[in-house]
Amino acid sequence: MNQWAFVIGAYALTFAATFLLCLRCWRAMRSAETAAQKLSERP
Amino acid sequence: MHRFANPARFLKIARPLTGWLFWPGLLLLTAGALCGLFVTPPDYLQGETVRILYIHVPAAWLGMGGWSGIAIAAVMQLVWRHPLAAVAGRAIAAPGALFTAICLITGSIWGRPTWGTWWEWDGRMTSMLVLLFLYLGYMALANASARQAQGGVSPVTAIFGLVGAVNIPIINRSVVWWNSLHQGPSITMRGSSIDMTLLWPLGFTLAGFTLLFAAIVLMRMRTILAQAKVEARMQRMARG
Repeated sequence: MNQWAFVIGAYALTFAATFLLCLRCWRAMRSAETAAQKLSERP
Repeated sequence: MHRFANPARFLKIARPLTGWLFWPGLLLLTAGALCGLFVTPPDYLQGETVRILYIHVPAAWLGMGGWSGIAIAAVMQLVWRHPLAAVAGRAIAAPGALFTAICLITGSIWGRPTWGTWWEWDGRMTSMLVLLFLYLGYMALANASARQAQGGVSPVTAIFGLVGAVNIPIINRSVVWWNSLHQGPSITMRGSSIDMTLLWPLGFTLAGFTLLFAAIVLMRMRTILAQAKVEARMQRMARG
């Protein structure tokens, strides 16, 4: 049994999930704050 | 704490703080993971699989810490009616659920070569799975009541968060109360049973994941507040 396959699998899954969560949260925040900013600039 | 009840004051601090938490968190996490993968020696018994420790333990810590945060936010919402506590509770739920799922999956991956099984219905694993279901229930309740709660969570959802906190000490003590394949508490207030040659990168990944988690929660709080602002403005415009 190749132990490194388990280690790499666990790390890849953790880092991919964390990266995707960060990206999704950042994009949602940018889009929500831009929408709020645009709306507040409207007369 | 009530000084931050004003969303404008909170946002003034949260905007720069998001980056200050995110980038050092990423740096610490990368350093800890690289050291855990390539610098520390393999364990005499578990071999290379011991390296899963550096991501599994922080994920468990954040899964349980996230729910503790939800419970604290619930108390602040229900007792002091702090307006941002309801938003904080909702913001914590998704990253808390994700790290609980990561803890379960990495634990399962670690279990296969170490115990010879992917899963065992013992106290630790089952109580952690219950925590994941609690998160999913909390998120469903929070989403269902988001409109009435102005982006935050309703009092019913907050009570659910408070009641669910009963599971946290159960997870913590499960390896003491019941026979388990999972090892007993190896890091306690009295010290650690893990040798320092293996333990030290865990400090880096724990700190890194914690800072990233805090940055994610701040990003989600800023999103919820901005969406609530848009919603309120649209309603005012619709009323004329």
